[in-house]
Amino acid sequence: MYTIIQNTKISTNVGKIVIEAPYIAQHRKAGQFVIIIVDEVGERIPLTIADADKEKGTITLYYQIVGTSTHKLSLKKEGEELYNVAGPLGHPTDIHNYGTAVCVGGGIGIAAVNPIAVAMKEAGNYCINIIGARNKELLILEQELKVKSDQIIVTTDDGSYGIKGFVTDELKKILDSRKVDIVVAVGPVPMMKAVSELTRTYNVKTLVSLNSIMVDGTGMCGGCRVTVDGKKQFTCVDGPEFDAHLVDFDELMKRLNTYKDQEKESFEKHTCQLEKYHGR
Amino acid sequence: MADKIPRQKMPQQDPAKRIHNFNEVPLGYDENTAVLEASRCLQCRRPTCVEGCPVNINIPGFIKALKEGNPLEAFAVIKQTNSLPAVCGRVCPQEDQCEKLCVLAKKGEPVAIGNLERYVADFEREKEHYAFQKVKAEKGKKVAIIGSGPAGLTAAGDLARMGYSVTVFEALHKAGGVLVYGIPEFRLPKDIVQYEVDALKAMGVTIELSRVIGTAETVNDLLSSGFDAVFVATGAGLPLFLDIPGENLQGVYSANEYLTRSNLMKAYRFPEYDTPIVKGDRVAVVGGGNVAMDSARTALRLGSKEVYIIYRRSKKEMPARIEEVERAEEEGIIFKLLTNPVRFIGDEKGRIKAVECIQMELGEPDASGRRSPIPVKGSEFIIDIDVAIIAIGNGPNPLIPKTTPGLDTTKRGNIVADPQTMKTSKRGVFAGGDIVTGAATVIQAMGAGKKAAKAIDEYLSTGVW
Ligand SMILES: Cc1cc2nc3c(=O)[nH]c(=O)nc-3n(C[C@H](O)[C@H](O)[C@H](O)COP(=O)(O)OP(=O)(O)OC[C@H]3O[C@@H](n4cnc5c(N)ncnc54)[C@H](O)[C@@H]3O)c2cc1C
Ligand SMILES: Cc1cc2nc3c(=O)[nH]c(=O)nc-3n(C[C@H](O)[C@H](O)[C@H](O)COP(=O)(O)OP(=O)(O)OC[C@H]3O[C@@H](n4cnc5c(N)ncnc54)[C@H](O)[C@@H]3O)c2cc1C
Ligand code: SF4
Ligand code: FES
Repeated sequence: MYTIIQNTKISTNVGKIVIEAPYIAQHRKAGQFVIIIVDEVGERIPLTIADADKEKGTITLYYQIVGTSTHKLSLKKEGEELYNVAGPLGHPTDIHNYGTAVCVGGGIGIAAVNPIAVAMKEAGNYCINIIGARNKELLILEQELKVKSDQIIVTTDDGSYGIKGFVTDELKKILDSRKVDIVVAVGPVPMMKAVSELTRTYNVKTLVSLNSIMVDGTGMCGGCRVTVDGKKQFTCVDGPEFDAHLVDFDELMKRLNTYKDQEKESFEKHTCQLEKYHGR
Repeated sequence: MADKIPRQKMPQQDPAKRIHNFNEVPLGYDENTAVLEASRCLQCRRPTCVEGCPVNINIPGFIKALKEGNPLEAFAVIKQTNSLPAVCGRVCPQEDQCEKLCVLAKKGEPVAIGNLERYVADFEREKEHYAFQKVKAEKGKKVAIIGSGPAGLTAAGDLARMGYSVTVFEALHKAGGVLVYGIPEFRLPKDIVQYEVDALKAMGVTIELSRVIGTAETVNDLLSSGFDAVFVATGAGLPLFLDIPGENLQGVYSANEYLTRSNLMKAYRFPEYDTPIVKGDRVAVVGGGNVAMDSARTALRLGSKEVYIIYRRSKKEMPARIEEVERAEEEGIIFKLLTNPVRFIGDEKGRIKAVECIQMELGEPDASGRRSPIPVKGSEFIIDIDVAIIAIGNGPNPLIPKTTPGLDTTKRGNIVADPQTMKTSKRGVFAGGDIVTGAATVIQAMGAGKKAAKAIDEYLSTGVW
């Protein structure tokens, strides 16, 4: 059903997977995501659709290996199947010709910002991409984003590649030097919060794609709720993109910690089983 | 004579044991008990019980067959009007439907119609396995059904039998709607729902899982891509919240999320299953319906030590089935009645640690005829908890109405449909179940599915809207 065409590690803890999912490939738009279940006992995890090939009927996802599910996903081999892939979910990004667009991607968020950047460019925007990671090893999609933009800036926290520093430092330089009509930022919550605080002072419209914990992804459970402009919104159906200047990032950060202890328990059990399996 | 035999009790799992497992609580009648209970039926010439059943099962008919030692024939009688008897026998609020109108109810205890229905359906499923035959889609017309809850599944079965080619689109990865994600295993084993879904598939119904209509393809897209009619049966799946401070703390759940994690995703078997759930030692469930009882009893089974039901009216007004309230009491759930939460209190990490409540008293009857609760000034008090579950009801999911121009909805967002034909304001589109009525019952949703199937057949045969 959802056959894996390719599954490769592209850096220490990031994998790229291409899956056969013709319906999703046919219908998806930039900014949308899927919910996958790796195997029968698996949980439902949301991943952004980074790319799709309509002819071949495949979609491409990038995943950061952080816990049980993403680790299990990284162990899946070409030719094997995923238990379930649901989508496309969420609103597509509001793409049109704004003028100058700056797309900011942090860490695994670069995968999510990629299709948006491409669509922004195709819509006629002058497109500047800023991507950043903790170090060179964690940087993904640089080549792809380079050829599909007017300008690309790369930062690493430790200076092992590109400019040493944060994406926000570079964004500030751009905002100081030219007119920017829209900023789209996807990455860890603290990074999106920092971008938002920065662009607020410049009064530049900013979109962020939120990564709340989800279950169904259809607006049924309310688990993905976030506060935007003081109102309750469901990330899966009202988002995942929201006006950055209205999002309560602190609340989101706290909610993301809900399962910290249990994720540890699950991961320990999972790795322990793997060890048994490998006869260690 | 018949009224001399007392109503046969349903054997149950011992409360002390059952709070530690997810196995079914009522164990079902054995053959002798079933026949004995069946013999209580007076075989009324004008059976009022039938009127109480939203799908008008021939109740005396099936009970007679059962009494005469013919459970399979009894099954066939039920199946004429009800496609999910094993489900209804378990979850119908019989005391408000068929059994309420049973003649014996006037003098004493009504015939245990639900228990008998369950017996008959279980007998068939466990012992006989009805041979479901593939039916030919000879009508050459296609019907799309959105949602695989009781309304959708019932319409699918009826339409397939009439010769239509039927495709059911379901957003989740399992079919069954609330029956699989909401109602817990200890009340409705998921194998039973799967059996019914498999039966539909064997008949030739196509079920497309993980297909959310409204995000990529809309109702209009379905109509223009070759479906001749659409039945919208998307249920009431939008969790309502209290909108009080602290509701977004870690550990505050909607009942939908809590139950979905536990039932559909099997979090009760974490970490064997990957989906986590916050277990909590002290759990407060806000609400007084079936959903609240299910949540509270699930929490107990997940290992919580103290579980509270916080309900703002008195027990008399509780919308939950009496049977379920009694079971919850037997299991040790603590009822905080005439109590309403005013805010949730968190620790510095944003995790819930307590709920502040206020005492209520009952005032004059409101529009619903129930006495309305009024807060007692200065009566606030705090209960320490580490999980809160909000079970105060569900609204209609807005996805389909929002993406279907020309589809009229009520102020609350429910789809407007003719109560007889389930026709909506949009040609070729029918709707039924909780999306039309608001949260109701399984059998009412099934009744709507049946009416819709009949009306769809009429529409597609005559072309008249
Ligand atoms: C709309 C959306 C799109 C996303 N797109 C991508 C993507 O393209 N690539 C990608 O790698 N990740 C993406 N995520 C995040 C991804 O879903 C989580 O990383 C994943 O669920 C973790 O699963 P796990 O079992 O491996 O880790 P877990 O064991 O569940 O968690 C390990 C760690 O990850 C954190 N975590 C758990 N769930 C999430 C979450 N939903 N978001 C952020 N952190 C989380 C936990 O706090 C914990 O510290 C997206 C999330 C959303 C909501
Ligand atoms: C916890 C709980 C306990 C209950 N207990 C009882 C009980 O004891 N007795 C009783 O009679 N009733 C009970 N009910 C009520 C009963 O379950 C519902 O009235 C009934 O399930 C409604 O059926 P439905 O077919 O209208 O919708 P649902 O069962 O809600 O099914 C709707 C389906 O549509 C799917 N869907 C929604 N939107 C889309 C979309 N856009 N695209 C594709 N699919 C979509 C959903 O995923 C879902 O599977 C309970 C309800 C709950 C929540
Ligand atoms: S379907 Fe429900 S209402 Fe009808 S006879 Fe059975 S239990 Fe009673
Ligand atoms: S994930 Fe359940 S409502 Fe969004």
